[in-house]
Amino acid sequence: MDIIVCIKQVPDTAEVRINPETGTLIREGIPSIINPYDMHALEAGLQIKEKERGRVTVLTMGPPQAEAALREAIAMGVDEAVLLTDRAFAGSDTWATSYTLSKAIKKLGADMIVCGKQAIDGDTAQVGPEIAAFLNIPHVSYVRRIEEITGNSIRVQRLMDEGYDIVESSLPVLLTVVKELNTPRLPSLKGKMAAKKAQIKKWGVADIQADENKLGLNGSPTRVKNIFAPEAKSDRKIFRGTPEEQISAIVNELKGLKCL
Amino acid sequence: MSIAVNIDKCTGCQECLSSCPYDAIEMREGKAFINEYCQICMTCLSTCPEGAIEEIKDITAVHQPSTVTDFKGIWIFAEQREGKIASVSYELLGAGRKLSDELNVDLSAVLFGSSEGEAQKLIRWGADKVYLCDDPIFEKFNDEPYAQLLSSLISSYKPEIVLAGATTIGRSFFPRVAAKVVAGLTADCTSLSIDKETRNLLQVRPAFGGNIMATILCPNHRPQMATVRPRVMKKGEYREDRKGDIIHVKTDNISSRTKVIDTIKEVSDIAVNLQEVEVIVSGGRGLGNAKGFELLKELAELMDGAIGASRAAVDEGWISYSRQVGQTGKTVCPKLYIACGISGAVQHLVGMQSSDIIIAINKNPDAPIFNIATFGIVGDLYEIIPLLIKRIKETKQ
Repeated sequence: MDIIVCIKQVPDTAEVRINPETGTLIREGIPSIINPYDMHALEAGLQIKEKERGRVTVLTMGPPQAEAALREAIAMGVDEAVLLTDRAFAGSDTWATSYTLSKAIKKLGADMIVCGKQAIDGDTAQVGPEIAAFLNIPHVSYVRRIEEITGNSIRVQRLMDEGYDIVESSLPVLLTVVKELNTPRLPSLKGKMAAKKAQIKKWGVADIQADENKLGLNGSPTRVKNIFAPEAKSDRKIFRGTPEEQISAIVNELKGLKCL
Repeated sequence: MSIAVNIDKCTGCQECLSSCPYDAIEMREGKAFINEYCQICMTCLSTCPEGAIEEIKDITAVHQPSTVTDFKGIWIFAEQREGKIASVSYELLGAGRKLSDELNVDLSAVLFGSSEGEAQKLIRWGADKVYLCDDPIFEKFNDEPYAQLLSSLISSYKPEIVLAGATTIGRSFFPRVAAKVVAGLTADCTSLSIDKETRNLLQVRPAFGGNIMATILCPNHRPQMATVRPRVMKKGEYREDRKGDIIHVKTDNISSRTKVIDTIKEVSDIAVNLQEVEVIVSGGRGLGNAKGFELLKELAELMDGAIGASRAAVDEGWISYSRQVGQTGKTVCPKLYIACGISGAVQHLVGMQSSDIIIAINKNPDAPIFNIATFGIVGDLYEIIPLLIKRIKETKQ
């Protein structure tokens, strides 16, 4: 069983703040992490490998520093790591990102591809299903349990808005996984040693035989027109003073609005 | 396209350095230089006091020189569960009606796996046409057949805009369709409007982890696809006498490599509760520990309300995910929302800002939650809330 896990290096966004004067992001000193949902994808890949035997390859696309995320994955126990990095990939939206990843997956070959359900910086949840579409293989989103893998099919539980579905799929398949699926392991000492020494494959446009017109910003249907901080309400009332004074003011307001 | 510094204009003031989310700007020989980490997010453009950072447009054509003007009309994907139309579909009709009136085109709904009776409802809620496919293969949601049929309908009829709810269903199969028909897809939009000159759809969504909003557009591709969060848009106007066409869609060659064996309902009482109660008392990182929720619970019970939480509190493990309000949790609109120790990332705000009255309690007077609050209390919540509980008890006596 050849398994590919796609991961993304993201800023630890809980810490991102906006400079209120310039309306721009303050990202200085913010650590980069493996997208938390992708940690569960890695764990799923490793567990399947342990049960069914096979290899796990971790794949990411990003700037050269994304190598750190791949080394972390190797420390957890994956066998091989591939970094897609090329100036031509810059500015990719989800369409171009999925296209690029799918070209690398085609080259690697896999029976199963596992992704996190979404990345915490974009929250789009689009790249997984789009990769499956480019590869013309089925996908199951929001997998919360893997029930059984037999020969060339898999049965999983898919989380829905009002419960869950039991879904069967043929292989190869792409799964996107939710946090309920498992608890990601910590890297072992042996893994950490391996991560230090590991050779990371670095692929650019030429290595994956991609159509350059479908890459990066040129290949991306969407454009960011502008970014802005949400505006303040004009009719808001911010109370000051001692807690007692503030509470009196708020209780009066709520009485006036018949909320009390 | 790329971003570059005009060296003649750059004064080396270093203003731009901290604006880059990707650490892609460095100083070289006293001038700013944009290195290979640049993701072309354009954040830096507005920060340069000299206007020295410029967007360099390439002349290379985009890969799909589809004639944008061939595409006409607005479609919404009407989601059904067990044959019944989900309420987000009516919200999409409300949003879609406004856009179609502005563009002067038809509004159509696409309904799979349901009946003519349900299709009539879509017409009464604002659709001019309904593309209905009642093949039983569509009764249960299944990505492949849904994506196959919608893609082929889009290719045949060429709508300029296609919307779906940002539900598990919409978020799962819409990307598959977008990949296939080479469309831009914007997830989780909170507002949609039209740029009349270009007919581009202006799609607003939280970006960068939800701390800032972004307007997204798809200038050279059609259709423009977007998912919209449930309970964000207002339903359209219902008219019993509204007339429209129902077009029966035939399905040939629809196949699927995935099969839904069983559907198990597991609606948590909390989820239903959070979206129905009139008062929600919500806690965030500022609570400091799980015990803080006991205090909030006391306040909530006093006001016949329920407990909510921000993603930070859920991530800390202080309370279960089912209580999470925000972009990746529930969207709520109670009469009164009390945010305690929640700083107010856009991520959270999009899930609760349509509440009638918002009270924010936070130590930090600059917390963004105060921007959208109706009333703000600046102070320690462990001092404020017990006082508030006491005063409410007195009022009730």
